[in-house]
Amino acid sequence: MKKLLMTAAATALMLGAVSVSAQAEALKACWVYVGPIGDFGWSYQHHNGLEAVKKEFGDKVETAYAENVPEADSEKTIERFAREGCKIIFTTSFGYMEPTLKVAAKFPDVKFEHATGYKTADNVTTYNAKFHEGRYVIGQIAAKMSKTGVAGYIVSFPIPEVVAGINAFMLGAQSVNPNFKIKVVWANTWFDPAKEADAAKVLLSQGADITVQHTDSAAPLQTAEAAGAFGFGQASDQIKFAPKAQLTAIVDNWAPYYVRRVGDVMNGTWKSQQSWDGMAEGTVFMAPYTNMPEDVAKMATDTAAAIAAGTLDPFKGPVTKQDGTVVEKVDAGMILGMNWYVKGVDDTLPQ
Amino acid sequence: MELLLTLFTIIMTAATPLLLAALGETVTERSGVLNLGVEGMMVMGAVAGFGGAFYTGNPWAGIPLAIAAGMLMALLFAFLTMTLLANQVATGLALTLLGLGFSALLGEALVGQPGIKLPLLFGIDPLIPFSFLLTGLVSWLLFRSKTGLIIRAVGNSHVSAHALGYRVVRVRYLCILFGGACSGLAGGYLSLVYTPQWVENMTAGRGWIALALVVFASWLPLRVLAGAYLFGAISIFSFVLQAMGLGIPSQLLSSLPYLGTILALVVISGNKALTRRNTPASLGQPFVPDR
Repeated sequence: MKKLLMTAAATALMLGAVSVSAQAEALKACWVYVGPIGDFGWSYQHHNGLEAVKKEFGDKVETAYAENVPEADSEKTIERFAREGCKIIFTTSFGYMEPTLKVAAKFPDVKFEHATGYKTADNVTTYNAKFHEGRYVIGQIAAKMSKTGVAGYIVSFPIPEVVAGINAFMLGAQSVNPNFKIKVVWANTWFDPAKEADAAKVLLSQGADITVQHTDSAAPLQTAEAAGAFGFGQASDQIKFAPKAQLTAIVDNWAPYYVRRVGDVMNGTWKSQQSWDGMAEGTVFMAPYTNMPEDVAKMATDTAAAIAAGTLDPFKGPVTKQDGTVVEKVDAGMILGMNWYVKGVDDTLPQ
Repeated sequence: MELLLTLFTIIMTAATPLLLAALGETVTERSGVLNLGVEGMMVMGAVAGFGGAFYTGNPWAGIPLAIAAGMLMALLFAFLTMTLLANQVATGLALTLLGLGFSALLGEALVGQPGIKLPLLFGIDPLIPFSFLLTGLVSWLLFRSKTGLIIRAVGNSHVSAHALGYRVVRVRYLCILFGGACSGLAGGYLSLVYTPQWVENMTAGRGWIALALVVFASWLPLRVLAGAYLFGAISIFSFVLQAMGLGIPSQLLSSLPYLGTILALVVISGNKALTRRNTPASLGQPFVPDR
């Protein structure tokens, strides 16, 4: 009886293998998004990357995605994708880190790519973008454009990417105006347009005349527009929401990375790595500089070009921390795990 | 002084959608129906309101559409729970899920489109005085009019109300529709005034806060008003405190609106007899006219 069962199981496995290889011409690539693809921000930009993969490979690739996947409950979605024959799965939020690793251990033949995390495995790559390069540029612009010398900064959660963003913004601003101040408000959410708008309104009433956000909606920028202040777009070019207020936007462009990695799986050259592209690779770029004088736009263009060329490093040491200690050299690991403020940030970092 | 005035304007904007939705739900619950679909009705109101304004180019056209969308959702709820006698809690939850999904589908073309803000009337956002007016009206309706007496009778003891010759199901249908209209309007307020844009799930849980306010305010419209403004005020002041950089943990400040409002309303509801008197006794119970 036992033998019979074993034979049956083996046959089933073989049949399964056959049916899988029959479909293997089209590589299945899958994406897991934390927000709606209609957020016009973070998830929207990842989805644009998916579209680029489709366009590049045509029939050779089959895509699937799941949106609005809560971080705490993401394991079953990731596992479902792995079972459904996805050969490469992109999990696009920091909180998917542990679930991704857990599922990856069960499916050694599937490639996993986790965005913004720091833990890798043989079949798990992490990838991130140097958003802080863009933050340095907008910091310079803010310091030039602000009359009060104060920017209001709306943030989501105290994760390294966000903290590094605040620091890069501050360093950029200080390179123009050493006395520049920022007021930080933690919204404790990635996505709640009304709450983000409230935070922006409060900051503008407290003396800030420029809003910066590291949350996912265009609401703070829209608030700046209504108040006659300035702001920056987040993740995508949001000029339509604020034709008179948007100075520029830091645009995430995942398309080149996704096309490259899906191609790697097809060619069998995929390797686990820690990828961290920035302005040089085109993963981060600035939307057109608007609503500012020529000289400010020129400064921003030059700064962005210098960062892309590698001649300017936003975190070039020595950097003075908030507590007064000096860091001679800020390396990549420090930025990816950043949990301290630079001098001049008027806020206590939530622990 | 000017700063306080500015802050008060921000608080009013934050409180108004909660107030509108909670007033509607107060009437619904007073008639003995628990509709947990406020969030779903609100988000449908938001997408319909934005769509109406966007396609006609006139933000005022969004208001009736937002109200109508909320009422349509409420009608579905009423049909399922009153006519088909489905479980109210389950149906309400399903209504929220339906609203969130369906609004995303309807609004796909509207994402990323700039909205048109509802213009001010006499320098003030017209829905704010309207929400005050509505509070007075609902309070008067429930406690000073014959209609209110009937609604409360139906909500407290549907069997007795039926025996007296009142049409329980019809009264409840109307109260559910009123709740839907208010929730729809609250959603429209979000997409036409608060943040004039459409993004999926833009209500972000406000429907649930409105629901909680109704219970903690002991189903009394004036307390609903107080609760909504208290909630709005604490959430805005938590941002002000953060912006001042006093070093108070932001996680604590973020939870303050919930803690503070619940605490305050529980304290003012300390009068047990009053709370008992105001709790609709048949809340959530199905009713079948037996003869």
